Amino acid sequence: MFTTIRTLWRVFLHAFRRRVTIQYPQQRRYLPPRWRGRIILSRDKCGGERCVACYLCAAACPVDCIALQATQDAQGRRYPKFFRINFSRCIFCGYCEEACPTYAIQLTPDYEMSEYHRPGMVYEKEDLLIDGQGKYKDYDFYQEAGVAVGVKDKGQGGNERPPVDVKGLMP
Amino acid sequence: MSEVIGHLVMIVGLLAALLTVASMLIWGERRLLALFQDRYGPNRVGPLGLGQVVADIVKILSKEDWIPPFADRAVFEIAPAVILIATMTAFAVVPFAPGLAVADINVGLLFFLAMSSMSVYSVALAGWSSNNKYALLGSMRAIGQMVSYEVFMGMSLMGVVIQAGSFRLGDIVAAQEHLWFCVPQCLGLAVFFIAGLAETRRIPYDLPEAENELVAGYHTEYSGMKFASFFLGEYVGVTLISSLVVTLFLGGWMGPLLPPVAWFLLKTFALVALFILIRGSLPRPRYDQLMSLGWKIMLPLSLANLLATGAIVLATEGGR
Repeated sequence: MFTTIRTLWRVFLHAFRRRVTIQYPQQRRYLPPRWRGRIILSRDKCGGERCVACYLCAAACPVDCIALQATQDAQGRRYPKFFRINFSRCIFCGYCEEACPTYAIQLTPDYEMSEYHRPGMVYEKEDLLIDGQGKYKDYDFYQEAGVAVGVKDKGQGGNERPPVDVKGLMP
Repeated sequence: MSEVIGHLVMIVGLLAALLTVASMLIWGERRLLALFQDRYGPNRVGPLGLGQVVADIVKILSKEDWIPPFADRAVFEIAPAVILIATMTAFAVVPFAPGLAVADINVGLLFFLAMSSMSVYSVALAGWSSNNKYALLGSMRAIGQMVSYEVFMGMSLMGVVIQAGSFRLGDIVAAQEHLWFCVPQCLGLAVFFIAGLAETRRIPYDLPEAENELVAGYHTEYSGMKFASFFLGEYVGVTLISSLVVTLFLGGWMGPLLPPVAWFLLKTFALVALFILIRGSLPRPRYDQLMSLGWKIMLPLSLANLLATGAIVLATEGGR
């Protein structure tokens, strides 16, 4: 009897508590920078695509939502001819980001991707590519290693020494 | 002639007001429950979320009104109407202000008791005609619960009748001019309120529709506007019980400063809020607990209250 009344009173007191609801469109939660949301493709500092179309992201993807086709430009630089992510399948696990050797594919703190039609959930390369570097500002794959594709000459990379002249006599 | 028109205006106005209040309570209940649970409730559609009422009505009106092929069609269609008719008719005797009642008849209280018992038929017929075991179980429970709570619901009011010396609700309110009956009849108030909870099948006593045991009880097979009728009937019932508690125990329209109707509405909605608070806090008892509470505690209490009130009135006023 008295416990019942006490219950009523304590539930009534909840009317004066702080609300736990977040009024979503007006009031938003803080999303950490490493939040796994909408996937993007980033560019390097020179504005070239970072993606080298190695297929590692597509291989790592547990739901097979990434599809791409590699091709090369005149200087031998690999890039994806098309790059397609079906976000209606994506589970935002971030394995693609971990697999990527060039930091090209990244997950961003954005989840507002609602669409009225299913085909709208399929993002093509032009939808995925952004102008900046995303989370990793300084890294540039072609400056660090790899073949010369017109970005730098032989021996000018970050971890490279100038090439040795094998026909010279000097040490 | 003008008297007839006045009555008609009163009836139509009361019906419109009741349906509005009942549908607003859908919103009100959700907002209040949210308030007691640290949430906001529906607050998006229109100012304060009031447009939710319109949205709900439009939605439920456009739903498919499906009658299962195995149901007893005629009875199935009558059942939801009975509850609305019974509860709304009972409102005819409630005096909202001095002289402001559809029919302030001299057996008003008995009329209310009769009409509120009628809603048992609705539940019974709904459960029977659905031809579904869960619906039948729910309506069996409802019948058992409402019939047994009906007994002391009437008993608990007899103390009020003895003190006021009349079955006319207007007289009962007038008799509370100096002291509201909630003080001398506090036992009667408690018993009547609990019986009212059981009568409206609200949450501590919602065994007839216990979702986790019986799907939805007697209205399992109902959809669309027929389902909504049961809900409207429930909300009208809540308003009815609240306004009767106000009329019989809380001085009806009486109060300082504000006009009588305002006092009546204020008290009624405070009680409706109490109904919702109870819904938000108490768990549902087992069926045998419900029955033993009714027959072993509430009935003796109301009988004792009746005896004591009768004895005191007889001793002080000499039987009149």
